[in-house]
Amino acid sequence: MSRHLRVFFVGGLISYRALFGFLSLWIFVPTLILTPIFQILLFAYIGRAAGARSDEFYVVGNAIQCSSVPCLFAMTQTIADERFYQTLGPILISPAGRLPVFLGRAVPVILNGAFVAAFALFAGGLILGVSFDGAAWARLVPVLCVATFSCTGLGLVNAALGLRIRETAVLSNVFVGLLLIFCGANVPLSALPAWMAEIGRGLPLTHAIEAARAVAAGGSLASVRGLLGRELLIGAIYSAAGFGLIRFLELQSRRHATLERA
Amino acid sequence: MRSVRVVWSGFVMNLKMLGTSSFFLLTSVVQPVIFATVAFYMFRSGGRSGTLLYAALGAGMMGVWSTTLFGSGGMIQWQRWQGTLELGVGAPPPMALVYLPFSLANAFTGMYALAATLVWGRVVFGVPLHFAHPLLFVLALVATVVSLGLMGLVLASTFILYRYANAMSNLLEYPVWVASGLVFSTSLLPGWTRPISWCLPPYWGVLAIRHAALGGETWRPLGMVAVLGLAAAAISIVTFRVFEHQARARATLSLT
Repeated sequence: MSRHLRVFFVGGLISYRALFGFLSLWIFVPTLILTPIFQILLFAYIGRAAGARSDEFYVVGNAIQCSSVPCLFAMTQTIADERFYQTLGPILISPAGRLPVFLGRAVPVILNGAFVAAFALFAGGLILGVSFDGAAWARLVPVLCVATFSCTGLGLVNAALGLRIRETAVLSNVFVGLLLIFCGANVPLSALPAWMAEIGRGLPLTHAIEAARAVAAGGSLASVRGLLGRELLIGAIYSAAGFGLIRFLELQSRRHATLERA
Repeated sequence: MRSVRVVWSGFVMNLKMLGTSSFFLLTSVVQPVIFATVAFYMFRSGGRSGTLLYAALGAGMMGVWSTTLFGSGGMIQWQRWQGTLELGVGAPPPMALVYLPFSLANAFTGMYALAATLVWGRVVFGVPLHFAHPLLFVLALVATVVSLGLMGLVLASTFILYRYANAMSNLLEYPVWVASGLVFSTSLLPGWTRPISWCLPPYWGVLAIRHAALGGETWRPLGMVAVLGLAAAAISIVTFRVFEHQARARATLSLT
């Protein structure tokens, strides 16, 4: 048991430090600190021009949507970069259980995603004059963690696809873009066509964004437990699907001898 | 004549290379369509559907800027990875001339973005494509693309010394979209940002394109696009020379 826990926590942390390409300060700050702030500003000003919603709507929505960048890219890099450094094979033949190996890598990603979202929320709000009191922050932090857990589940699916698809960065960007459209960060689901809203309800972040808007407006965590429950369920389903896909594609890669050359 | 041949060969070569890059396809076609979709729904939900062509043009220009930016950022970096940067630097023509066609090809690829958002807007959202001045629209588009290509050349020159060019590209994408007011009027921005907007070719480019499409005074922004493009060309000649010299002196040309 302790061995599995060590692989889960220590292995996850080491892997994150080794493989998350954005971890250098020169990349982290421009990509994960400054870009989210400008994303919030862009959509807040488009929103003003369109006469659509309040600044708070865009600050909360985009701050959480921004967490998809670290969540998707970091999880993908745990597979794609292992292959790039030619260390994927040794990991897969090691006796360590697959579950602690791959899920352990998700923990730092979730925490980092929550930090990115929280900072964007704080800085974007500060610039646009949207403030949250201490009590609101206390309610928002768990919501952000649930959001990034859920999105990291999608990242695990993305990572699994990295066993088969070469252009994982392109795929991650496509997922980030789809979340931008479907998860209600800038357009409420009620303003989307019904089929798009249905897709949105099946994606990570959608329910968390709705919950975050509710608690930012003064709602209690209890009042959004249904939304958070759905978000957790979606995250768990994506995580299970991602893990299953990793196992399946690993077997396929072994069978076709394509592990190192997707 | 030799310079024209260098520009034309480099332009065609880079267009072919970009045509095989799925990342460029994403940046120049898929991403602008995504932003256009979000903008369309935002304007619709705000009850301002009449501005959908405005949103399509803005989202297309976002794509033009992104391809220019990532193309310029990647231009030096990719050549480093492929081991061809030293060959380009060592070639007899000035470095700025060697990389000018690459930058122009990047910006030209950005035109796919505008085409994609206009077609997407027409087919999916029924945006009427009635241009007030069609010929001026084409002229404004070509001038803007060339001007952005020249601005990309300045950016590329600075990336000779910068190891994390791609991260810098990420950083510059959204701020220029915001400061140029590509999908909203810059009058919404704080007054102190106005001089920043005036220095950016995308600001004048989108004004020229917008006025040519929707009606309005086109020649003044078009003139500013040309002036800023020429200024960027002049600056890039100097910066390429200086940064190339520094990279050679410090032996950092091939840093990875």
